[in-house]
Amino acid sequence: MSSEFSGLLTAAVFLPLAAAVVIAILVRGVRLTRVVAGAAALAELVLSAVVFLRYDSEEGGVQLVDRVADWIPIETFEVQYFLGVDGLSAPLVLLTGLLGMAAVFASWGIKVRVREYFIWLLVLQTAVMGVFTALDFLLFFLMWEVELVPMFFLISIWGSGRREYSAMKFLIYTFLGSAFMLVGIVTLFFMTGTFDMTELPREIAAAAPIIPMGVIFTLLFIAFAVKLPVFPLHTWLPDAHTDAPTAVSVMLAGVLLKMGGYGMIRVSTAMFPDVIADAAPFLAALGVVNVLYGAVVTLRQTDLKRLIAFSSISHMGYVLVGISSVAGVAGSVSPTGLTGAAMQMFTHGTITGLMFLLVGLVYDKAHTRYIPDLGGLATRMPVLASAFLLAGLASLGLPGTSGFVSELLIFLGAFPVWGWATALSAFGIVITAGYILWMVQRTMFGPAKERFGSVRDATVAEMAPIFVLVVAVIGVGVYPAFVSDVFAGGVESLIEALQDPGLLALR
Amino acid sequence: MITEVGVWLIFLLPMGSFVLTGLVIRPLMNRYSSVAGHLTALAIAGSFGLSLWALISVANDSEAVTFSPHSWLEVGRVVVNVTALVDPLTAIMLVVVTGVSLMVQIYSIGYMRGDPGYARYFAYMSLFTASMVGLVISGNVVQLYVFWELVGLCSYLLIGFWYHKPAAAAAAKKAFIITRIGDFGLLLAILYLLFNVDAFASQGLNPLEISDIHKAVAIPGLLATSVVTWLAVGIFTGAVGKSGQFPLHTWLPDAMEGPTPVSALIHAATMVTAGVFLVARFFPLFQQSEVAMNLVAIVGGFTAIFAASMGLVMNDIKRVLAYSTVSQLGYMMLALGVGAYGPAIFHLFTHAFFKALLFLGAGSVSHASGTFDMRFMGGLRASMPWTYGTFLVGSLSLAGIFPLAGFWSKDEILASASVSSSAVGQLVFWLAVIAVFMTAFYMFRALFMTFEGRFKGGAEADPAADGRGQVHLAESPAVMTLPLVALGIASVVIGFLSNAIMDVGLVPEHWLSHFLDVEANSFSLAIAGVSTVAAVPGIALAYVMYVSKLLPPARISKRMRLAHVLLSRKYYFDEIYETALTKRVFYGVAAQALDWADKAIVDGSVRAIGYFGRNVGRAMAHAQSGQLQGYGIVIGIGVIAIFAVMLFLR
Repeated sequence: MSSEFSGLLTAAVFLPLAAAVVIAILVRGVRLTRVVAGAAALAELVLSAVVFLRYDSEEGGVQLVDRVADWIPIETFEVQYFLGVDGLSAPLVLLTGLLGMAAVFASWGIKVRVREYFIWLLVLQTAVMGVFTALDFLLFFLMWEVELVPMFFLISIWGSGRREYSAMKFLIYTFLGSAFMLVGIVTLFFMTGTFDMTELPREIAAAAPIIPMGVIFTLLFIAFAVKLPVFPLHTWLPDAHTDAPTAVSVMLAGVLLKMGGYGMIRVSTAMFPDVIADAAPFLAALGVVNVLYGAVVTLRQTDLKRLIAFSSISHMGYVLVGISSVAGVAGSVSPTGLTGAAMQMFTHGTITGLMFLLVGLVYDKAHTRYIPDLGGLATRMPVLASAFLLAGLASLGLPGTSGFVSELLIFLGAFPVWGWATALSAFGIVITAGYILWMVQRTMFGPAKERFGSVRDATVAEMAPIFVLVVAVIGVGVYPAFVSDVFAGGVESLIEALQDPGLLALR
Repeated sequence: MITEVGVWLIFLLPMGSFVLTGLVIRPLMNRYSSVAGHLTALAIAGSFGLSLWALISVANDSEAVTFSPHSWLEVGRVVVNVTALVDPLTAIMLVVVTGVSLMVQIYSIGYMRGDPGYARYFAYMSLFTASMVGLVISGNVVQLYVFWELVGLCSYLLIGFWYHKPAAAAAAKKAFIITRIGDFGLLLAILYLLFNVDAFASQGLNPLEISDIHKAVAIPGLLATSVVTWLAVGIFTGAVGKSGQFPLHTWLPDAMEGPTPVSALIHAATMVTAGVFLVARFFPLFQQSEVAMNLVAIVGGFTAIFAASMGLVMNDIKRVLAYSTVSQLGYMMLALGVGAYGPAIFHLFTHAFFKALLFLGAGSVSHASGTFDMRFMGGLRASMPWTYGTFLVGSLSLAGIFPLAGFWSKDEILASASVSSSAVGQLVFWLAVIAVFMTAFYMFRALFMTFEGRFKGGAEADPAADGRGQVHLAESPAVMTLPLVALGIASVVIGFLSNAIMDVGLVPEHWLSHFLDVEANSFSLAIAGVSTVAAVPGIALAYVMYVSKLLPPARISKRMRLAHVLLSRKYYFDEIYETALTKRVFYGVAAQALDWADKAIVDGSVRAIGYFGRNVGRAMAHAQSGQLQGYGIVIGIGVIAIFAVMLFLR
């Protein structure tokens, strides 16, 4: 295991942290803090775009590796510093860069403890970037845990409503999940003697299980299921979203939930192919429940943020449906469903990130998120209303926006495997149209209300991050191959590894 | 021969005009918004010219112009291409879409003048025209689905164009959601196509390419009949939603909340016919399944009289026309259902012109009277001669009076149904004949209420007028009447010119039938007699009731009170769907129960665990008193217990 080091990913992971340190030590004053954070976020967006563009999906495999083989040099306990991207993670790195930028610029209006706020926000970005690039399981776990700290403070200090309750609920829930995950990781290490996530699929297939594989799978899956979130482990999400500040909601819905889906593909699918094939009917069923239950409950919500939080639960159900296609038909697994699940993570990230940005602006201007009090805002803020409608349409999977492509791939991939379940989940598109259009109608349409007489449209500065996300939503909708080819390459190599005859012989 | 660039330009010209008006003029230079109308009309004129080129190319080669597919999305065995397909059906649709759209845009320059959303209006209209063109040139089912949804989006945006009106916003949402129920069926059909990928792949075909589907259907035994039936039913569900067929018809009359030119273009001439187009597009597939064909015929036939019956009593002129549209779309469907592909497309073609004409006429009328409620119109003939004349032509054409356009196409449908040997064919024939009578009645009722008698005050007398309308009794400006005249001429001549029963000058006999490559119907005097015998009494009855007042309508509605209430309440479908099913059952019971369960049971148990954990902790904390004596005792007991256990186990 030799060391190699291209440095790009290390820079991408630690740039936000470095900026946080600079703010902590060198920077005084609110304005300079913002400038430094903004510059770091832009630089990070550029870095993540470079990572995405430099990843060669023709060649495939793990690229841009940064590896220090003896990071923690304890004998028989080799922990590496190992970063790398493959087709699965490269687009998620780009997503993190996009939403990190959006989150920083959405925080311009923060007035309380500004320096601290930006420090935590930047640390959060480092942690998420780390999760998507770490290929050593212990490093992965470390990054997974580090993410909790800034989230806890960001919600409990800068949140609103019952912010301490929500922050604590989020912390305990995720922590409980991670506790299971740690047991799973350690068990795998004792089975195989490695933390290397690129080696683990092969090693696990060759090793003798010390406890039943289903148990290890479940331990790890619970952690991801909490994060995604999967019914019935979802109730932390609406609370956390409702009480978090705008930028944190953007990060939470946009990238943190995707850590769950990422783990399900990277770990649960790639390392436990047999177990997940057996578990696939349950995944499909859970996916249907997530989609329909989430959508129906969304209909009843009266708080804009809570509504979008529940819609996220519904949309993440599609990720489960997509993953459930790994059961395959007659022994052959098509990459379509998994690619769709990965695409859904990317597209939902940009769409819901956009949605939360816009809801944040609506709240800033109208001073309420209570839907029955809103209405007629389109007359006052036409540009914002257009973006709001567009985000809504993307969320309901309108063709031409990215939301359609991922749902289509999931349906096309899962239908041959789980026909009825997929058909049921596809009915979600009707309910989604219902709650989205009803929300837009009650918020934006109708006669202009007098109480919003002084409300102004978004400024150019406010529109800038929105514009970037709109471009991402439409761009991927019109030409999806830009992202889907990368995902498909990553997923195909995962599946090939599963169906590798040499590997099957080992089993 | 039209090139591929030419075909795509038909789509790209209005798309470009959308980008320019929507993303440049509207947000950045709204002061110059008056450019938007001319720009849009110009772009669509270009598209219309190219569409004619496409039509001529197809006519000369007498077969489809096909182009090689371009890859759009490729994952595993799913290969989604973008393909331009120009066959006779596409060519006809292109001419209808761009031709009617051009007339409507010119009219709109006058009709929408002074509206604060002028640029936005033309941006949406451009996007609609582009999407509709995209839909009809689609050679791939996913591509078709994309544009299918996009025309639905434009319909949503344009119905809700005056979004500050709550009724408009509600109607827009209703239209989108109800058509999406149909789209769900279409989506399932697409999934089911891919489900059968092995059958397609065995012949080297792609299940998502439309031409490959036709090839697969033609191979006997490749696809089981049940597969074909399910595919057809799914596709038809989509068509039912889009074309406002029973039972998904309720959105279309409400869609009249949009500006009138929108109703003319989208909800009469083009988008709502997309359902008929869709069935026609997959006609070889439908023909393989008797069940599907009968379903199409029965749904179409029933819708034809069901919708017409509601048109009999509406007082809003646009709603009369809306129900008429639903009814006429039912005609086209029933024609397809009895296998009369050519007559269905013929009727789609003629209907587009005279129904667009009637809607634009209604818009012109409201331009003068300020209202759409016919009870407050009357006597407009004198002040609006051009509008009256063209409206009369449109009404005669719709009623199917010789020799206007509607007569020829409707007759072909009736003739095809009458020769059908099946029971279903005979049933729908008589349904269609009844509908002819109703059509003639409601159309002339509308004509008489609007133009005859004395003027009844318009917007000033109408308590429901929203203040937008002003009474201004004069003919509309030329920019509005010229499209009326153009469409009026079309409504007279296109029937016998495009599918003449004999050679007419340059046009050979049965040109359209030959063009569509279907067998031409021979003209039947008997059928023409039946339809005229059905239509003329309808007109006469309307005259007796609304002009000569020999039979006052009030007396009839009193005599048949139950029927009248049932019809004016639209058979209570809005109440059943919206109030009972959606609000009460779905939202009030199901959603509320789940929402409660989420809070009380799912989150409740989470909170209960948290509560338990916290209180156990608190109880344990009491043991941590800090008193060494206490700890000593506990340690002592523990040590003894351990020894005891060890001794016991030994």
